[in-house]
Amino acid sequence: MPATFHPASIDTEAFGRELDKIRDEVLASLGERDAAYIRGLIAAQRKLELAGRALLFASWLPPAWAAGTAALTVAKILENMEIGHNVLHGQWDWMRDPKIHSTTWEWDLASPADQWKHSHNFVHHTWTNVLGKDRDIGYSAMRITPEQPWHPIYLAQPFYNALLALFFEYGIAIYDLELERIPSGRKDPKEAFAQARAVAAKIRRQIVKDYIAFPLLAGPAFLPVLLGNLTANMARNVWAHTIIFCGHFPEGAEVFTEDRLENETRGEWYVRQLLGSCNIDGGRLFHIMSGNLSHQIEHHLFPDLPSNRYAEIAPRVRALCERFGLPYNSGSLARQAGSVWRRVLRMALPGPGRPPAAEPPARTLKTAA
Amino acid sequence: MILTRASTSPATVLRRLSAAAHWLTSPLLPEDYLSLINPLWATRELCGRVEAVHAETSDAATLTIRPGRGWITHRPGQWVRIGVDIDGRRHWRTFSLSSAPGSSGDCVTVTVKAVRGGLVSNHLVRHTVVGTVLRLGRPEGAFVLPEPPPPRLLFVTAGSGITPVMAMLDGLRLDDVDGPDIVLVHSAPTPDDVIFGRRLRSLAARHSRLRLHERHTRAEGRLRPADLARLCPDWTERSLWVCGPPAMLDDIAARWTGPADGLHVERFSLAPAAAAGSGGRVRFTRSGRETEADGGTPLLAVGESAGVLMPSGCRMGICYRCVARLRSGQVRDVRTGQVHGETGDMIQTCVSAAAGPVEIEL
Repeated sequence: MPATFHPASIDTEAFGRELDKIRDEVLASLGERDAAYIRGLIAAQRKLELAGRALLFASWLPPAWAAGTAALTVAKILENMEIGHNVLHGQWDWMRDPKIHSTTWEWDLASPADQWKHSHNFVHHTWTNVLGKDRDIGYSAMRITPEQPWHPIYLAQPFYNALLALFFEYGIAIYDLELERIPSGRKDPKEAFAQARAVAAKIRRQIVKDYIAFPLLAGPAFLPVLLGNLTANMARNVWAHTIIFCGHFPEGAEVFTEDRLENETRGEWYVRQLLGSCNIDGGRLFHIMSGNLSHQIEHHLFPDLPSNRYAEIAPRVRALCERFGLPYNSGSLARQAGSVWRRVLRMALPGPGRPPAAEPPARTLKTAA
Repeated sequence: MILTRASTSPATVLRRLSAAAHWLTSPLLPEDYLSLINPLWATRELCGRVEAVHAETSDAATLTIRPGRGWITHRPGQWVRIGVDIDGRRHWRTFSLSSAPGSSGDCVTVTVKAVRGGLVSNHLVRHTVVGTVLRLGRPEGAFVLPEPPPPRLLFVTAGSGITPVMAMLDGLRLDDVDGPDIVLVHSAPTPDDVIFGRRLRSLAARHSRLRLHERHTRAEGRLRPADLARLCPDWTERSLWVCGPPAMLDDIAARWTGPADGLHVERFSLAPAAAAGSGGRVRFTRSGRETEADGGTPLLAVGESAGVLMPSGCRMGICYRCVARLRSGQVRDVRTGQVHGETGDMIQTCVSAAAGPVEIEL
C-alpha cells in the first residue's frame, strides 16, 4: 500500500456512490439461496455440537476425546462467529424468521446479546478506529499506536494480550461494562451493576452446562469431558482473538482522531471504514470459520449485508479501491497475525517519537496528544 | 400423600425435565435441537407439514396440513394465520380452515384461491409441494355456529367465501332428522369455478335437508338481496351466515330486516379508503429500523419489508393482534382515511399508514 496516502486527493463521494451501488445490488438479490445458506449452516453447527458432545462421552478412547473436542471447538467457533456475530448484526433480519433475528438471538458467549449489540454494532462500527471513541482500539488496556502516551504498565502488554486471548469471552464481557467510565461519571454505576448481573447469569449457565452438567452426565468420563469442554472454549477464545485482532491492528491499518468525524460524509465514512480494516486471505472454509471477518473490509463497509456475500463482492471492492487509488489491506493469516504481534511488542516500549512511514499520515492525526 | 402425588404428576415431571434439559442446551432451547429431527416437535413456533395438495379449481387448491405439537383444536368457521417462506422471506396470511376437526384424521385443511397478483396465495396454490413445513398461528375467529346449531340456516357465500362454510357443513350431521334445515346460496363466475363444486352438489343430492343454489355470475350477474328473497322467501327468519366480497356483505347487511343477532358476516379482505395522503419516515424504536413509507401502505407491511418482527393477525383491522404503541406522529386509518393518534396510543398496524413521520415501539 502507498505509504503516504491523502484521502483529500480522491473523490470520496464518487467512491461512496459506487459502494452504495454494490450494496443495493446485493440487497435486491437476497433470496432463497441465502436463506438456505444460513439455515443449513445453523443445522450443521447444531449437529456438529451434538456429535462433539456425544464423542466426548466415549472419551475413554483417546481418539474419541480428540475428535469430540475438535468437533465441539469448531461448533463453538461457528456459533459465535459466522452465525452469532452476523445474526446479531441484523444480517438475516430480512428473512423475518423470529428464530434467526437480531432482536431474538442469544449466543454461547459471556456477553449478553443486548450489550454486545450496543458496544459492538453501535460504538465500534460507528467510531471504527477513532482514538478515544472506538473502545475496541487496544481494548483500553493496550497501546497499539504511538499516539497513545506510553506508561510502564504497557511493558506487560504482550503477556496480558496472551492472557486475554485465552479468556477472550470474559475479557469482552467485562470490557463492555465500561467500568473505567464510572469514576468520571460518564457511566451510571447502577447500569454497570445491572449489566454485570446479566453477564454473571450468562456465565453461570455456561459454567453449569460445560463444567458441571455434561461432565456429570458422562459419569466415569467426568474429567475428560470437563477438559474437552474447557479446551474447546479456550481454543475458540484464542481463535476469535486472533481473527479479531487481525481485523484492525495489522501494520497499515489507520487510526483516526476525533476531528476526522466532524461533518463526515457518507463517502468519508466509507473511506475511514476501509482504511481502518484489514482482510485475511484464505479459502472458503477459512472464511466461514473466521465468521467472514477475514472480509473485515467488506464487513465494515456493509455490516448488515449477509456474510455469505462478502466473498462475492470482495473482488469488486478491491477493484474499486485500485481505481480510486485507495489501499486495500489484505494478507495471509500468518502475515497479519505476525504484524499484530509485532505491533503489540513494539508499542509495549516507549516511542517511536514520530509515526513510521507506514503509520497514518500526520495530517489525519493533527490533534493527537 | 397428596402433596407428593401432586408434585410428581406427569405434567410436573415433564416441566422439570424440560427445565433441566434447558441447562444443557442454554442459550438455546431443547426444542431447537429436537426440531432438527422433526420441526413439528417445536412448540414455541407452531409448525405444520403439508401432507397433500389437491386442486379444487383451476386457481384454488386445498392443502392438507398436519399440525405440530401445541395445535389447539379449532371450531368450524375459524381461520388460521399461515406463515410461508417465499424466496427466503416469511410471509403471513390468514385462511379459513375448510374442514371440521377430525374429518381428515389428525390433519386440518385450508383452501386457498390464487388471487391476481397475490404473492402468497399464488405460491400456496401453484408451488406448494408435499412435505413443505409451514408456520401456523392459533385458530381464531368468531364466525362459528352455536351449539346446538340453529334449526334453520341460510349460508350466502361467494368465491373462496365458501371455505369456512364448507368446514361448518363438514361438522354438521346432515343425515340427522333433527338436524338443521340448510339453504346454501353460493356465487361463482362459472360452474367450473365453484370451489368444492362436486362435493357440494353430491351433498345436496344425498341430503334433503340441504338445498344448494349456485349462482353463476358470468351468465346471471351478481346476486342481489332481492334475488335472495326470491330464492329463499323466509331468508330474514333464518340464521344468516354471509362470507364473500365486501360489497356483497354490505349489500345484504343493508337489506337485512331480521334480528340483529341473526346475521353473521365474515370479511376476507380489507377495503381501503379512496385517497391516501402523504406518508413519512417511520422509525421502529426497539429494533432501531428506519424506512420511508407512503401514505397508503399499512405500517405492518412497512415494518415487515424493513425486517422488523411485526406481530400480526387478520391483516384487516379486526383481531387487534398487530397493535403496537405509537411513540410519536400520527397515522391514517386506510379504511376510512381518518388521521389520528397521540403518543402512547395503541394502534392497529395492519390498517394504519404513516401520516407524516411516525415512531412505533417495536
